[in-house]
Amino acid sequence: MSRASVQAPIPTIPFGARVSRWFGRNLIRIYAIFAFTYLFIPVLYTFAFSFNDGGKSNLIWKGFTLSNWQNPCGAPEVCNALGNSIKIGFLATFFATILGTMIAFAIGRHEFKGRSSSNLLIFLPMATPEIVLGASLLTLFLVFKINPGFWPTVIAHIVFCISFVVVTVKARIASLDPRLEQAAMDLYANEFETFRRVTLPLVAPGIAGAALLSFSLSFDDFIITNFNSGTLTTFPKFIYVSAARGIPPQANVIGSSMFFLALALVIVGQIVSRKRKVS
Amino acid sequence: MGKVKTPYLLLLPGFAFLFTFFILPIANLAQTSTQTPIAGGDTGQYEQTFRLKNYIDAFVENKEQFGRSFLYALIATALALMIAYPLAYAIAFKAGKMKNVLLVLVVAPFFTSFLLRTIAWKQILGEKGFIVPTLRSLGILSEGSTLTSTAFAVVMGMTYNFLPFMTLPLYASIDRIDPRTLEASGDLYANGFTTFRKVTLPLSMPGVVAGTLLTFIPAAGDYVNAAILGSPSTKMIGNVIESRYFKVVDYPTAAALSFTLMAAILILVTIYIRKAGTEELV
Repeated sequence: MSRASVQAPIPTIPFGARVSRWFGRNLIRIYAIFAFTYLFIPVLYTFAFSFNDGGKSNLIWKGFTLSNWQNPCGAPEVCNALGNSIKIGFLATFFATILGTMIAFAIGRHEFKGRSSSNLLIFLPMATPEIVLGASLLTLFLVFKINPGFWPTVIAHIVFCISFVVVTVKARIASLDPRLEQAAMDLYANEFETFRRVTLPLVAPGIAGAALLSFSLSFDDFIITNFNSGTLTTFPKFIYVSAARGIPPQANVIGSSMFFLALALVIVGQIVSRKRKVS
Repeated sequence: MGKVKTPYLLLLPGFAFLFTFFILPIANLAQTSTQTPIAGGDTGQYEQTFRLKNYIDAFVENKEQFGRSFLYALIATALALMIAYPLAYAIAFKAGKMKNVLLVLVVAPFFTSFLLRTIAWKQILGEKGFIVPTLRSLGILSEGSTLTSTAFAVVMGMTYNFLPFMTLPLYASIDRIDPRTLEASGDLYANGFTTFRKVTLPLSMPGVVAGTLLTFIPAAGDYVNAAILGSPSTKMIGNVIESRYFKVVDYPTAAALSFTLMAAILILVTIYIRKAGTEELV
């Protein structure tokens, strides 16, 4: 893990080179700090303004209050929109993960005719701009007289999540040591048992990662949702629509909570995997 | 046992889904793109006349927005690469035990809705934020000019929003580089810059290609940054497609524009992958 420690100091480096090397090393650290600042400025802004006592429009700082956090559903529609986003996110993640994992196993584990065109079919949705994906699906729904709304949005989300699931799970499958499965076979496990007790547990972290990625992509999607959701409001759509007249601070509360929730999830995941490694 | 069938059985449900809700809509979009309004019909009623001139009309009418989309996307991709490469390098080689933590921090802003963050930028760069008054008092920004509603704000917003898409693939490929290859290069009297150009960069090329694609493609089709941070004079092709669908109800033009955008992106991407894949990086 700690590759940095491999670099042993060589005593014969001239002074000038040492100075420039030191500078080079720290320059990149300073650069990284700037990059992280850039990444986090709007996050901090959003968090700070979740405490703003600004009423309905949250444009100017008017004073500190905890009431937005005590009553996150205080602004009408915020929680309704959030609920829709969570429902859509779970459904889209569930289906995309199953369909995508199956495809990943087919492509990652089997040689078959049409494998490269299968890879192409997986790449294409990722190479299609969101607006084209969203617009084309909407046109299809309109042709079949299906009103945009909840299920069309779920379907649209599954479409763009599948490819990301396939890519993530495929990468995990590719990194597996084939000898582990051979060992299971040598120990008289049949194909199904090998899959259930060796392959699947090894691929599981990849599947979990893919599901998390799917959920966050779905939860944060605006463009495709905007095209296919009709009158249904999701959390990003609510923000976009209310941007003109000011976003209620409750939206900042929810945005910040999602941030901390995700952070907590990752930390717990790290601790769990570390404990597993120890035991 | 039907072992030969296994991969096809695994593919079947997913591909059936993608066929119905990806291929079919795209084909249908192609069909819509050559329709014309029904004479005497209501708005939104079109009939198939295979009018290919729709494409030329749509392009000529919006060539400015097309040019802008690709220019902005290109600049944002270049900026994101410049910011993300050293960042990914620092995480992979300089972070030590902090590696995983920093990696999480790159992705973490994702979870605060990107619209909230974009609107936060609008506020920060706006008249009541702290940057504009500071720049004015320093004399860098004149009284009348603003930061929001400019091309600068749009490109900055795009760079910001797609930065994690650039950083993650870059990190993945830089992290795979064995640091001993860099040491070997140093042992062979290459200086830092030469090592970077001849060893690090070529080895990290898969990440550069993946990252630039994952940034450029969504950036070229984006309209949210231009809508929030820009003005009518920074309209991108995404904004045009959106308004053709929802405000003008001109589906054929919107479809033709979508197709032109997709074709342009696919052509650029193909050329790019060929170049990056086959040509040696001197």
